Amino acid sequence: MKLATAVLFVLSLTGAAGAAGIDCLSCHAEKASAKKSVHGALACADCHAAIRAFPHPDKVAPVNCASCHAGNASALAQSVHAGAGGPTCLNCHGDPHSILPAKDSQSTTYPANLPRTCGSCHGNAQLAKQLGLQEVYSLYMDSIHGFALTRDGLLVAASCSSCHGSHDILSSKDPMSKTNHVNVPQTCGTCHAGPLRDYTSSIHGQMLQAAPEEAPVCTNCHTAHQIAKVGTAEWQMKTTATCGGCHKDEYATYRDTFHAQVSALGYQQTARCWDCHGHHDILPPSDPKSTVASGQLVSTCGKCHAGASASFVKYDPHADSHDAVHYPALHYSAVFMNLLLASVLGFFALHTLAWFIRSHSGGNAGTKPKESPPE
Amino acid sequence: MDDANARYYIRFSLAQRYLHWALAGTFLGLAFTGMTLRFSTAPWMQSLARAVGGFGFVLFFHKFCALILTVTFLTHVADLVYRIVGKREWSLLWGPNSMVPRWKDLQDLIGNLKWFVHLGPKPRLDRYAYWDKLDYWGVFWGMAIIGFSGYAMWFGSFFARLMPGSWLNIALLIHGEEAILATGWIFVIHFFNTHLRPENFPMDLTIFTGRLSEEELKKMHPEEYERLVNSGGLQAIAAEAPPRWLNNFGRSIGAAAIFAGVVMLILMAVAFIRE
Repeated sequence: MKLATAVLFVLSLTGAAGAAGIDCLSCHAEKASAKKSVHGALACADCHAAIRAFPHPDKVAPVNCASCHAGNASALAQSVHAGAGGPTCLNCHGDPHSILPAKDSQSTTYPANLPRTCGSCHGNAQLAKQLGLQEVYSLYMDSIHGFALTRDGLLVAASCSSCHGSHDILSSKDPMSKTNHVNVPQTCGTCHAGPLRDYTSSIHGQMLQAAPEEAPVCTNCHTAHQIAKVGTAEWQMKTTATCGGCHKDEYATYRDTFHAQVSALGYQQTARCWDCHGHHDILPPSDPKSTVASGQLVSTCGKCHAGASASFVKYDPHADSHDAVHYPALHYSAVFMNLLLASVLGFFALHTLAWFIRSHSGGNAGTKPKESPPE
Repeated sequence: MDDANARYYIRFSLAQRYLHWALAGTFLGLAFTGMTLRFSTAPWMQSLARAVGGFGFVLFFHKFCALILTVTFLTHVADLVYRIVGKREWSLLWGPNSMVPRWKDLQDLIGNLKWFVHLGPKPRLDRYAYWDKLDYWGVFWGMAIIGFSGYAMWFGSFFARLMPGSWLNIALLIHGEEAILATGWIFVIHFFNTHLRPENFPMDLTIFTGRLSEEELKKMHPEEYERLVNSGGLQAIAAEAPPRWLNNFGRSIGAAAIFAGVVMLILMAVAFIRE
């Protein structure tokens, strides 16, 4: 780093000069903008090192950014963007003579501009399809991060590089990737330290230690690019299905309850998974600290149900009427009701049908029955 | 039916007709609100819930109808008690004017089944047919099951002081199942037996006008007619022909109620099949 600074200082003395004191701008006047760029202090020949004399050949060797930015270049060479067809330095950093420092609000790599820069490829549905990727730009732009960053100008909001890195972006399949399933909590936790703390001690966080591949991480519930504001009705209405994606049995039994009926109708004023179980800090019922531990139920149910008592919380929000072993009273009530319905409605449906047919076949519909005895 | 020269006889008192309106109105109100919850995953039930003003209104209206229906039911029970205990009308407890089932009901059922398959004559019915009695007792059974479970859920924390909270699981289950039984019964069987069957189509106006013509009484309740003729009781229940407005009122509101019920039945049936 010191060496680079020293080199820059020496070079800066030479101004916009090529090799052997040639004034490049006398021909390339349109490149004068370079003086305002982050590289303004450099001489043309510092980058265009292949040009050693004037006049120079029509075709010269391309500029090698790596001659100064060796670290970034090698990171890029290891990254998911490496190789032919992948983006070069200029795809992201823009016009080589106008490159600005990332903290300049005009820079292509300024946080608020970065989504558009990455989106020039990752917002292209055709390209995304070709590469087997999702078109994530529009998803991100509508997310809580995209909205905060690009519309509110909240620079601490996550931009692409906050989660993916920049030159060193790795495929999420790579165990070293910041976006690899196992690493997601740490990546999100860089900003969201509170949720990370709660998650780490939760049953899901413990599972991440025991069975990392199966444990849910931030993105399983919040998605990666579409992350929504959790306070919105739209997001809250989807949460039960999200939890139910893994907890299938619990989802099925929940759907038999009044809580679920109200929710399915599209109304929020009812208990969904996390109202009872918590969210980042979910603990198993066997843990006395869990909101659904038997000792906590009166207070948990009592959040909505004023007057909830020890007897009241014997109500089982996940009772399964098909399970005769654990819920015999409920199960046999269901069997009884089903038999009652089937027999009563079945018998009288046939009764009705037979009557209807008889009324039309006897030719006496609406008239006095033939068989009617004399008065 | 509108024959002004025909003789008419009273079958239902004005109070009974009011009770039937209250019962029919609240029943439809309960069905239209309750079924949005029972079949809450069906998009049309969601639209219906939104259309009436959202879940808050659905629940409010459901409870409102439940209260009116409870009052209706208790009014009838109080009237019965008054007539039996106070006025000693023992005939309400047994015999042709009683809703209490008797042998003849079973004979009528068997007779009717035989008639369906051309094995016998149409049974000669008395004042109440067996399907009338099933309609009637269905309300008692329904009030016991659906009313009790409904109030248990409404006042869940109070209920849990009297009974284990796990009974609330059973309460919702039987409340929903019984609702399907009740709506299925009313919208298919009651509607057909009483109104839509070819002999009565499109509806039997008796419950709306309170009276039937001599021809209808003879045809639909031959045993009763014969008994009244023999005992000379016919004159006591003679009435004027129902005024045209009453016929029209009964026809239009009655038809609207039947139509609403059939629409709800279809919405439920499709949602049930999808489940």
